[in-house]
Amino acid sequence: MSLCDRIAKPWGTRTPYGAGDTWPTRIDRYLADGVSADQVDQWIQTASVLHSNGDAMDVAVSGDRIVGVRGRGIDRVNRGRLDTKDLFGWQANTAADRLTIPLIRDGNRLVETDWQTAMGRIVQRSNELLEEQGPSALGFYTTGQLFLEEYYTLAVIAHGAIGTNHVDGNTRLCTATAAEALKESFACDGQPGSYSDVDHADVIALYGHNVAETQTVLWMRMLDRLAGPNPPKLICVDPRETPVARAATIHVAPVPGTNVALMNGLLHEIIRNDWVDHDYVAAHAVGYEELAQQVENYPPDRVAQICQVPPEQIRAAARILGTAKRLLSTVLQGFYQSHQATAAAVQVNNIHIIRGMLGRPGAGVLQMNGQPTAENTRECGADGDLPGFRNWANDSHVAELARIWNIEQTQIPHYAPPTHLMQMMRYAEQGTIRFLWISGTNPAVSLPELHRIRSILSRQQLFLVVQDLFHTETTEFADVVLPAATWGEKTGTFTNADRTVHLSDKAVEPPGQARPDLDIFLDYARRMNFRDSTGAPLPAWHDAESAFEAWKRCSAGRPCDYTGITYAKLRGGSGIQWPCTAERPEGTERLYADGQFWSTPDYCESYGKDLITGAPLEPTEYRALNPSGKAVIKAAEYLPPHESPNPDFPFSLITGRTLFHFHTRTKTGRAPQLQAAAPDVWVEMSLKDAAEQSISEGDVVNVKTPRGMIRARVRISGIRDGVVFVPFHYGYWDISDGESADHHRAANELTITSWDPASKQPIYKTAAAAVNWVSTGDGNPAPAPTNTASHPVIAGVPATRGGPTANADEHFTGGAQ
Amino acid sequence: MKLDLALRELHRAENSLAADLLKVADWHKVDHEIYHVARDLARWSQQHVHELAEIGPRYGLHLKDDSEQNSGLLATARNKASELVGHRPEPGLLLLADLRHLYRAAAGVSLDWELLAQGAQAVKDAELLALTKRCHPQSLRQMRWANAMLKVLSPQVLAS
Repeated sequence: MSLCDRIAKPWGTRTPYGAGDTWPTRIDRYLADGVSADQVDQWIQTASVLHSNGDAMDVAVSGDRIVGVRGRGIDRVNRGRLDTKDLFGWQANTAADRLTIPLIRDGNRLVETDWQTAMGRIVQRSNELLEEQGPSALGFYTTGQLFLEEYYTLAVIAHGAIGTNHVDGNTRLCTATAAEALKESFACDGQPGSYSDVDHADVIALYGHNVAETQTVLWMRMLDRLAGPNPPKLICVDPRETPVARAATIHVAPVPGTNVALMNGLLHEIIRNDWVDHDYVAAHAVGYEELAQQVENYPPDRVAQICQVPPEQIRAAARILGTAKRLLSTVLQGFYQSHQATAAAVQVNNIHIIRGMLGRPGAGVLQMNGQPTAENTRECGADGDLPGFRNWANDSHVAELARIWNIEQTQIPHYAPPTHLMQMMRYAEQGTIRFLWISGTNPAVSLPELHRIRSILSRQQLFLVVQDLFHTETTEFADVVLPAATWGEKTGTFTNADRTVHLSDKAVEPPGQARPDLDIFLDYARRMNFRDSTGAPLPAWHDAESAFEAWKRCSAGRPCDYTGITYAKLRGGSGIQWPCTAERPEGTERLYADGQFWSTPDYCESYGKDLITGAPLEPTEYRALNPSGKAVIKAAEYLPPHESPNPDFPFSLITGRTLFHFHTRTKTGRAPQLQAAAPDVWVEMSLKDAAEQSISEGDVVNVKTPRGMIRARVRISGIRDGVVFVPFHYGYWDISDGESADHHRAANELTITSWDPASKQPIYKTAAAAVNWVSTGDGNPAPAPTNTASHPVIAGVPATRGGPTANADEHFTGGAQ
Repeated sequence: MKLDLALRELHRAENSLAADLLKVADWHKVDHEIYHVARDLARWSQQHVHELAEIGPRYGLHLKDDSEQNSGLLATARNKASELVGHRPEPGLLLLADLRHLYRAAAGVSLDWELLAQGAQAVKDAELLALTKRCHPQSLRQMRWANAMLKVLSPQVLAS
């Protein structure tokens, strides 16, 4: 046992291991100040909800309080390790300002009420609008942080009981492109690879994926490989000098918005050098010729000009990718939230298809998510898709769903793709969506072009329900605010980015009158008197476990088959990767072994889309393209970004996360250690760009785009020249009313309203901005962490430290250290 | 030989489609996907105009190389108009009408490419045939896009 300041050393102590070995166990533990292990009454099983990695953990309960956490050594995902956010984030559960009583609007203020009155208002407005306009008046916008059971319940209510096409999650902002890229290449969602591929890979390529900050435990696994014998080579594509970039064999820092050009350049080299597994392609894929033809036009010299990177770097990276024996690729927001998101992410899949690098140890793709339960929105249909990866354009799939729900097939909207979030906001702006129920997300800080979002949310005609843990920038606009229970206060399951399903048990009671989201949705369904065609209540279930059992029936026979999983099986053991069935009771580590795909026309989830226009393929087109269920290689041309730097706005603006916070900090901002590590917004610039405007570390600047302006201190970092970065976590709830009225803090005041035509994911990482000096920082550095991508390039900035309150235990087993 | 007539007509039609796409983008600036994708798709037509102009002299034609650009003043006016009515539901119907027009215009262009391809084969002009093979699929994609957006957007406009 040893102590480690996990703010200063977020990745803790190394436990090196070699290729093919088992990742050693290291159990991380943090207990509140003054609490010793023998004061813990119970350890309650759960997993992390502050990122997408799905790290298994136990919550320490003493009396009726949560007093700490520890990692679960038995679990396949983390082998005991915990992310810094998980070590400290649980403290937000007991924050004094939790919502504990329902609120309703009375003129220009929200007043306390009871559940009966609050739910009564929601039901009344729902019924009025259903009568007046029908289901198209109602929309639901949820999160990536509820549980599977809650999403499935919401999907049944929205798609089945009400019959609206307007349901989406904030997973649209984080994981929509991952899902779409998989649907394009494999005609079905479902993560091909597994975290355990890190144990075997000889090359790991990370595309726009700052894993060191977004999934710190997965980065610990990579760091342990790097510290062990025969370490893998790393390729990093990122405009910032992230911890991954610093550890990489090759770091490519393209100009934002040029990912497709870069990927086409890499594919050009792989094909030109014939590092192609032609037997695999011939047996298992369609579309190779079109790709070869498309990337012919992208020789490294041309790509180097578009991306503004050295051409020899492209050749060298392609050589490493092309000669890898076991290639693992991971992709995240640097691609998903950038220009031509799906087209770029699909090219990563293409590298794996043409190299035959799928479905075996070390050879896999991980199209990641940003959020802990994002995967479940995709499976259960809370992102608008039909539950169980069913195809909205395939009538027999809709008919099957109608049978499972025992309702008329026509009740389930399937005349067009589900309405994605940004389109829902447009309908609300036009006044044709007049009821919006937001659960567990904060669009007034997290959506692009915030002045527009505020104007939509504040429309008189829009009846807004907001269900959350705290007052947020969004609850201010609500007609009804519902206090929700959170992680640790309710039971359910959720699934991480590598298909691992975990159980999260209730540890303590929710505060005041707060209720689990599942209970709230079911209460709504009962009050609305939703019935199936036999007159039975819809949904028919009444608690988490009965919802899970219902979901299993819905998932049966589909790719995300849960039928082999029970709560009892999850309790006590490791998480389990779906599909898990009677034939595969231990789950499935990797998809697409032996080149078998779920892409036959009758079974597949999606017929795919045009990567440039976003137009869905017609069923007959798909049938002709891929009659026998192979992988689909899709090529795409590079298009210039929709907003490029210009004389008035000379910088490329990108936004993103820092290790110490999650989303709009509703939880992490209330955990003292995390808040202190990154207390306020900053903007990153390169040394050269700062010098040109005589800007020093810590100076205050205005960052401006055609949409708005924010004010922040400058961190001079290793970001590439011509690019500025602003973290998106900072809104207005924790600053004074006077300051917040100006709206000069949130990164999304600046971002553009634009989205990828295929995945409909908003573009947060391709905009043009100006930076203007305001005042000197008087020697005070920017409030940015020093041990992350925002590390300073000049000397003298005090290192980020947590001090004694940030010390966590590390317990090593098996002698590794 | 009347291939020059077919080339001239296609040049005109592509030019007109490029202009229409830009106009629709500007009228519907607050429908952001329409705005951005229509502008991207206009580039295809502009490129086609350029390529037709390049091959024109072989058939005795001097076609204008540069397609119609967005007039700055008019575009700004359309953008403003779009923003002013952004909170109203009525532009939804206008958008459906505009998409319907784009679909028909792109379908016309697509047919013209087909005619040109037939003619190119008849006179054994491999270069012209290659041009049609490059450009025709993009016309079809422009058409399918208009069709798809109609399918996606019409239910809400018509039901609300």
